Amino acid sequence: MMKIDFSGLDPYMPVKGNAEDLDDEILAAPSFKLPVTVDFDGFQKAAVQMVKPAKGTTTLAFIFKDGVMVAADSRASMGGYISSQSVKKIIEINPYMLGTMAGGAADCQFWHRNLGIKCRLHELANKRRISVAGASKLLANILYSYRGMGLSVGTMIAGWDENGPGLYYVDSEGGRLKGTRFSVGSGSPYAYGVLDSGYRFDLSVEEAAELARRAIYHATFRDGASGGVASVYHVGPSGWKKLSGDDVGELHYSYYPVEPTAVEQEMADVPIA
Amino acid sequence: MESVFGLVGKDFAIVVADSSAVHSILVHKTNEDKIMVLDSHKLMGASGETGDRAQFTEYVQKNVALYQFRNGIPLTTAATANFTRGELATALRKNPYMVNIILAGYDKDVGPSLYFIDYIASLHKVDKAAFGYGSYFALSMMDRHYRRDMSVEEAIELVDKCIREIRSRLVVAPPNFLIKIVDKDGAREYGWRESIKDAPVAAA
Repeated sequence: MMKIDFSGLDPYMPVKGNAEDLDDEILAAPSFKLPVTVDFDGFQKAAVQMVKPAKGTTTLAFIFKDGVMVAADSRASMGGYISSQSVKKIIEINPYMLGTMAGGAADCQFWHRNLGIKCRLHELANKRRISVAGASKLLANILYSYRGMGLSVGTMIAGWDENGPGLYYVDSEGGRLKGTRFSVGSGSPYAYGVLDSGYRFDLSVEEAAELARRAIYHATFRDGASGGVASVYHVGPSGWKKLSGDDVGELHYSYYPVEPTAVEQEMADVPIA
Repeated sequence: MESVFGLVGKDFAIVVADSSAVHSILVHKTNEDKIMVLDSHKLMGASGETGDRAQFTEYVQKNVALYQFRNGIPLTTAATANFTRGELATALRKNPYMVNIILAGYDKDVGPSLYFIDYIASLHKVDKAAFGYGSYFALSMMDRHYRRDMSVEEAIELVDKCIREIRSRLVVAPPNFLIKIVDKDGAREYGWRESIKDAPVAAA
């Protein structure tokens, strides 16, 4: 009788080493530390949130007769820790368009750079610059397609196009608003307070820049997560120009003078009996 | 907070919506148009998440236009309502659109009609409808004063009653409202009811 050949069923590669070694490797504690937590997903989410800088911010922009004024602070914080005092929160998309940064720094930076590429491609394909409305819609559509996936972006797209000055607010929830006056970030309520009381459409460039700077300063004064330098940009018919960048600590002396007050009661030594 | 409502009159339908764009405690804008003109004789008032509202209403508008281009005749109001419902229903089990819709239209053969469509994709043909916090006031107000044979003037008077009630009884009442109307002459803006004026967008 012929023997059946089972050799085809043999493992192609012989198992090297012994199986116990493999067990040891799997069962041994990892060489790195694992967080002591039951809910690992929750921990990871919280950790990512903690190291996401530029959460607390003050940015603002408004349209007036001579164009758009854009201003922002420059502080990046990670929870209570100030990780930088010199962040560029006003992103230069192209010579006629600016974006502001509030929310996740990386998300804003990346998607603004991405928007810059798309705007340039539009320019090359159509032989004319993209409108602010168009650019903001490109960004809004991208952010909307990633909604619920953890992006954190609150931005204003400001610029000058064929229709004159343009200003849009775009956020990672997919919202896109056209307007004349916006402020975004944790310091925005304070900035709005100053901005709303001082705003007029017929402001001059100097007055508008002063208003924007003051609004940022007052927001940094009350909002702990905002601070550093108050930068002010102006976008006119010939593109944007940086007007100023002032340390809010310096601005404090001119904007918030403390008046010397009369001493109500002097501490005196207890008379020795 | 958001208030969208609408009603059918004798030979017209009206849609009213607040015009505030709100983020937590901040009012970013008080002149936002939340009533999309779908085509020459259709209005779509929507409330819900800002992104979903803008994306979804525009999606419906473009699809209605596409149908008209392809077939040479516009979609009827009923067909549009069913299309909208269908889109919400398919999205519901994947990534739901958080939008509630009041669809008003005028067709030559059926006259004015109003449809209530919510984000869970239920569809009702109604005479009057409301969404949002304002709905509590608008609904009872319309239940009390509504008649099927109202003239435009009577209907606007009722709309103003609703707006007055919302403004006086709702804690977080929106300051401004936009009224749009659709009748045999088409869909158009009827007027604003403003208590705060936003700076007009520069005409430069």
